[in-house]
Amino acid sequence: MPASVHSQDQDQSMMDAAAAAAPQEQEQQLEQEDVLELEEKRIIVLPGATETAASFQFEGEGHTLGNALRYTIMKNPQVEFCGYTIPHPSETKMNLRIQTYDTTNAVEALEKGLDALMDLCDVVTDKFTASQDAFSASEADKMRS
Amino acid sequence: MAPLVPSQAELDRRRIVDINPETVSNIPSTDFPGHWPGESHEWNLDQFRNDFKVEFHRNERFESSFSLIGVDASIANAFRRILMAEVPTVAIEFVFVHNNTSVIQDEVLAQRLGLIPLKGSVEGINWMRWFKKPTEDDPESGSTPADFNTIVLRLDIECTKNPNADPEENDPRKLYKNAHVYARDITFHPVGRQEQFFIDEEAIQPVNPDILIAKLRPGQKIDMELHCIKGIGADHAKFSPVATASYRLLPDINILRPILGEDAKKFAKCFPKGVIGLEPVTREEAAKQGSGYEGHEGEMKAVVRDAFKDTVSRECLRHEEFQGKVKLGRVRDHFIFNVESTGQFESNALFLESVKVLKLKCARWKRGLADLMR
Repeated sequence: MPASVHSQDQDQSMMDAAAAAAPQEQEQQLEQEDVLELEEKRIIVLPGATETAASFQFEGEGHTLGNALRYTIMKNPQVEFCGYTIPHPSETKMNLRIQTYDTTNAVEALEKGLDALMDLCDVVTDKFTASQDAFSASEADKMRS
Repeated sequence: MAPLVPSQAELDRRRIVDINPETVSNIPSTDFPGHWPGESHEWNLDQFRNDFKVEFHRNERFESSFSLIGVDASIANAFRRILMAEVPTVAIEFVFVHNNTSVIQDEVLAQRLGLIPLKGSVEGINWMRWFKKPTEDDPESGSTPADFNTIVLRLDIECTKNPNADPEENDPRKLYKNAHVYARDITFHPVGRQEQFFIDEEAIQPVNPDILIAKLRPGQKIDMELHCIKGIGADHAKFSPVATASYRLLPDINILRPILGEDAKKFAKCFPKGVIGLEPVTREEAAKQGSGYEGHEGEMKAVVRDAFKDTVSRECLRHEEFQGKVKLGRVRDHFIFNVESTGQFESNALFLESVKVLKLKCARWKRGLADLMR
C-alpha cells in the first residue's frame, strides 16, 4: 500500500520537514499558515442552546460529515434527537442539532459521536486491507494453477 | 424490560428495501435506539466489527469493485462523496503564457491543460502543502510559490517544416515536426526538495501521454510555464482522483410461488443473462404437499442464480403471469462500490485514502470542539 496523502498529524510533520531544511523566513511563513488552517475549522454553538439541547454550526462541512455524524450520534440511546441541515447551499456551513436526555449533555453526545465515527473508520480500514490481501492472494493462486 | 430479540424473519425483512411496480417501500434505516420497543441498537464497536464485511469482486490497478456489507447508507455515502470531492491530487492551476501563436486561445488552452490528469510520487504529494490563493479582499494574502506548494511544468514547443518529408505527403504529422502537441511534451522541472521525491518513474507527469493538447503549423509556437498545486475535487473537478466512484445496493429477488415451464423461460428473459437459471423440479419437491410443485416433477422451474448481476429493471413485475409470484428488493446494507482511478492512485488505495480523510476530519473537529469548550 502506498504511503498516505494524509499523515496522522499533518501540521506537525510538515513543520518538521520544513524546519529541517528551510531558512528562518520560510519557517515563519509555515507557522503562520498553520494558524490560518487551524482558525478555519471552527465550531459555533448557535444561540438558544441549553445544556441538553444545542445546535452546532460546522464551517466548511456538508452532507459528507453531516449525515455520517448524525448516524453515529443517533446510535447513542441517551440522545433524544439529532439532525443536520445545510441552511443555504451557497454557504459551506452545516448545522447539527442535538437534543439529549438528562443523563448527558449535547457536547458530550457530539464528542461520543465523533469517537464512534473514528473507531468505525479504523475497523473499515482493517477489514478492507485484510479483504484486499486475501483477494490478491487468491488471484495469484488462480494465475499459478 | 427484558430485551426483545426479533425473529430472523423479521431481521431479514428489515434488511430489504422493497421494490414495487411503481414505488419503493421500507426505505429508511430503523436501526436506532428507541425505534423498535425493547431493542437496543446502541452503537457497539465489537458488534460492528463482527457484522461488517468487505468482499472484493475486481481489483485492477485503476479500477476496482468491492462490497461493503453491514454499514449504514450515511457512512457508505460519506466514503463515496469523499472519494470524489475530498481526496487531494495535483493539477495544473496557474498557466503563465510566454508565447502562444497557435490558433487555440490562451484561456482555452489553459483550461485544457488544467484537465490533464497528472501522477507522481504519493510520498511527494503527501509532503506537499496547500497553496493558499489570495482572497478578493486582500490580494496579498496568498502563499508565495515554493517547492512545498507548487510544481513547475513547462510546455515549450515549436512547429517546423520537416525537410525530409515526401513532397506528395498529406499527413501534417509527417509533413511537419510537432504538428500535434501531446501531453507527453510537458516537461517537469523539479525545484528544491522536489528532487528527492519526484524521481524517474515517480516524477510528475501526465497519466496518459497521448492526450492531444493543440495542433500547430510551421512557425507557430507555444511556450508556457504551468504551475501545479494540490487541491480537492470540491474546489474543481480536475482535482478529483476518480473518474467514477459509485455504489449500488445488492439486488434481491425472491420467488414466492413456483414459476414453471414456459413461464420460467419467459421469466428468465425478464432479467439480464445469468440472473435466473432453470432447474428441473425434483421428486421430493413434487411430493411435498402445498409447495405448488405437486405433479410437476421434471418440469423446469425458475431459480435465482446470481442476483448480483441484476439491474432491477422491474420488467418481471409488468407481466400478468408473474403477479404475486415474485418480490423484488435491494439489500439495505450491502453496497457494491465501483471505483475508477484517474491514475494518481491505485484504485484500492483510493478507498483507504477516503477512510483516512473521514477520520482526519473527525479528529480535527474533535480538536475544534475542545477549543470551543476551553
